[in-house]
Amino acid sequence: MPHVTMEVNGKAVKVDVAPSALLVEVLRRDLALTGTHVGCDTSQCGACVVHMNGASVKSCTVLAMQANGAKIVTIEGLSQGTNMHPVQAAFKEAHGLQCGFCTPGMVMSSADLLARNPNPSETEIRSWLKGNICRCTGYHNIVKAIQIAADTMSKKAAAE
Amino acid sequence: MTTGTGIGASIKRREDFRFLKGLGRYTDDMTMPNMTYCVFVRSPVAHAKLGKIDLTAASKSPGVVAIFTATDLEAVGGVPCGWLVTDRHNKPMIEPKHPILAAGKVRHVGDPACAVIAETYAQARDAAEKVSIDYQELAAVVDMKKAMLGGAAVHDEAPNNLCFDWELGDKAAADAAFAKAAHICKIDLINNRLVPNAMEPRAAIGAYDLATEEHTLVTTSQNPHVIRLLMGAFVLGIPEHKLRVLSPDVGGGFGSKIFHYAEEALVTWGAKKIGRPIKWVAERSESFLSDAHGRDHVTHAEMAFDKDGMALGLKVDTLANLGAYLSTFAPSVPTWLHGTLMAGQYMTPAIHVNVKAMFTNTVPVDAYRGAGRPEATYVLERLMSKAAAEMGMDQAELRRRNFIRKFPYQTPVAVVYDTGDYDAHLDKALALADYKGFEARRAAAKARGKLRGIGVSAYIEACGIAPSSLVGALGARAGLYEAATVRVNPTGSVAVMTGSHSHGQGHDTTFAQVVADKLGIGIEMVDIVHGDTAKVPFGMGTYGSRSLAVGGTAIVEALNKVIDKGRRIAAHLLEASEADIVFENGAYQVKGTDRKKTFGEIALTAYVPHKYPIDKIEPGLEETAFYDPKNFTFPSGTYICEIEIDPATGETQIIKFTAADDFGNIVNPMIVEGQVHGGLAQGIGQALLENAVYDDNGQLKSGSYMDYCMPRADDLPSFDITTTNTPCTHNPLGVKGCGEAGAIGSPPAVINAICDALRDYGVMHMDMPATPEKIWRALQVAMPKAAE
Repeated sequence: MPHVTMEVNGKAVKVDVAPSALLVEVLRRDLALTGTHVGCDTSQCGACVVHMNGASVKSCTVLAMQANGAKIVTIEGLSQGTNMHPVQAAFKEAHGLQCGFCTPGMVMSSADLLARNPNPSETEIRSWLKGNICRCTGYHNIVKAIQIAADTMSKKAAAE
Repeated sequence: MTTGTGIGASIKRREDFRFLKGLGRYTDDMTMPNMTYCVFVRSPVAHAKLGKIDLTAASKSPGVVAIFTATDLEAVGGVPCGWLVTDRHNKPMIEPKHPILAAGKVRHVGDPACAVIAETYAQARDAAEKVSIDYQELAAVVDMKKAMLGGAAVHDEAPNNLCFDWELGDKAAADAAFAKAAHICKIDLINNRLVPNAMEPRAAIGAYDLATEEHTLVTTSQNPHVIRLLMGAFVLGIPEHKLRVLSPDVGGGFGSKIFHYAEEALVTWGAKKIGRPIKWVAERSESFLSDAHGRDHVTHAEMAFDKDGMALGLKVDTLANLGAYLSTFAPSVPTWLHGTLMAGQYMTPAIHVNVKAMFTNTVPVDAYRGAGRPEATYVLERLMSKAAAEMGMDQAELRRRNFIRKFPYQTPVAVVYDTGDYDAHLDKALALADYKGFEARRAAAKARGKLRGIGVSAYIEACGIAPSSLVGALGARAGLYEAATVRVNPTGSVAVMTGSHSHGQGHDTTFAQVVADKLGIGIEMVDIVHGDTAKVPFGMGTYGSRSLAVGGTAIVEALNKVIDKGRRIAAHLLEASEADIVFENGAYQVKGTDRKKTFGEIALTAYVPHKYPIDKIEPGLEETAFYDPKNFTFPSGTYICEIEIDPATGETQIIKFTAADDFGNIVNPMIVEGQVHGGLAQGIGQALLENAVYDDNGQLKSGSYMDYCMPRADDLPSFDITTTNTPCTHNPLGVKGCGEAGAIGSPPAVINAICDALRDYGVMHMDMPATPEKIWRALQVAMPKAAE
């Protein structure tokens, strides 16, 4: 069986994979990183978003073999221990989650947005989130959360 | 604004940390030693006789452990229906068997004919593809009007596909009212079929322990005890003490995870058969074909008014699609959750509702957020705005003129509203939406070449279901109370076992606020336990916006028992009479003195009863309560939607959506707002985007997110929401349900706005979803007329 070597959440891993295995399957099954979710089978819902070499990707649409040599960050690796990344903290602050199932993908996607565009407008936020479906929140509070996170992060950046 | 953590405080959710850190524990996140994987072979055709099922090749496929078909399940019962509707001729509904795996016939695309169990999921999939089934196709029953004409029948027991023909109200009185009418408003409308689409697909793990003879089912359910009851008693014949059902973190439900599904029974039964755990997880395309759908009504309705716009009568005739089999609560949805809502907020004295419920070769239809109430509200609120337009009246004024203002109010459709103040939320919504300024905005939009419209919807809903004796009389085969146990630990921390189930509603937070408030202890001392029949004494679960009004009340009742026992212990310790002890701010105090004992001291005494009236009071501090509600709760509200249509593309943009809701008292305003947002998104989704479409052969054309238009972030606006408060009169918290209101009240507000925008074009109605194509086409027909 072929294998892939990746850095996942800062740790080097080597996993035997079937050539057809998807990145999300390897994360969830082989590495027990079950925070990344699967909500559809057409690459539409975004519950499976992780960061691959710094950019958000839908891990249901990446073959594990394609991730060979890549740096992967999942929701479990976005912050350590009891700490929260500013996006995570802002989702809590603004009640940007309900059932929690789309949340890891939403958070990973939002973190990528803010890395690219530290001060997005509401329209830019809504447009960016097109690839992440949430059935619970109506997006109202997710948009608010991202605005709060943008504010926190830019204040922090200014202070540094 | 309340401060602290008690009732009324918008504290942040205690469950968020685990969800935000990827530490949630959903069914598919769990594994068991030696676990196998199940894939169902589902019918690709809507209606067929099952010929030979050839398992030869599949059985030899690598990793296959077992393959099951209907013949293996002959000793197993069918999926039961939990509600018996009696029709207008006093006949029981027709109730065909719903086998776990299709027996003899398949009745909808997605009907499972075979279950393949293998060592890995991939192997199960591979083997499933090698199962060869001879489907001898039959004519599919899809369109409800054609279904009634006979010919093809979904079930032999129902030759014209009619499950029941039900009515409510007084037909003669309604006819008499219409005879006096100055104006009659008529409408034909479709309430579009929806797919609930909780983001977590359904999943189930079955396991069996030979040593203890215990079955375990982990399942994505809104009500694990109900599943234990239905599956244990009616399908598999397992007594409750040998069947544990867990519903851990569940990723949204919206009704679709209330019902007992065949897959749950198969993995539970199969696990014993093969002696290993079995996991099944739906793919999204499988969810589209196997989760119960919602809505799907075809309705003709008429409303009679006098010359001043006072409603005299209402007649509603509806065809309701039940799909191929009766899902758990399906018969109650188009009947008792629909007909009973037809009075709305109005004094309409005579109402008659007829519902013919039909079997078709489609996925079963059951409760989806609102369940019957959105359908009723859509009929009534479309009629009100259409009638206002026809009579040349303002749509808000016509509603106000007809408001009920004396409570309790007995409607002509069975229910009694306990309280409400409809003027209050109408006024608040009109102000927030700047209704007065609308005509100026319409004119400004017109100058820009845009068509602007405003739509009002004044909804009522009946939730917090429900009094057991009432629903029993109406056909429910279960009681609809709720249970709770409050366990005070020796050091004063508290575990609350609730039969309600949280799948996004935030019970860990809201219920803990109630407990902390009532006991006067810190919220960090309170743990909320749910979703496990081995931990929670009993429960009917979460649906019908009942968790706080019914489940929360059960907690309050159990708390009251704890406080009362504590008072007896305190009286002993303080050497005072019980009547002289007051419980305030977490301490028992002798009235008029400074002698007191804290709640923690009482708890410790109860478990270390050295100085204790042991002959009069048992040690320990744990109480259980079952609470059966006295009535439904009746939230109400006014929603106002303002939209703009681009006539060049037919595209609708929501400019402003205003919601003013009366939910009675509110425990956590932040969570309630979130519930409203979510409901609005689903209602607006129904009005503008979502549609489950079957072709004439019964193929689901909108079977994935590529075809079924889920609302995305850029489809929706931010919402302007507010509340008014007339506390519910019959539960101690004064609360009403808030979970479904948004989905109930919003569809007519959107369509009323679109029809208002198109009024100059003679468009008096548009079916949902009002897609750009539909609007553009309507404008092409109408434009020449308007230009003339």
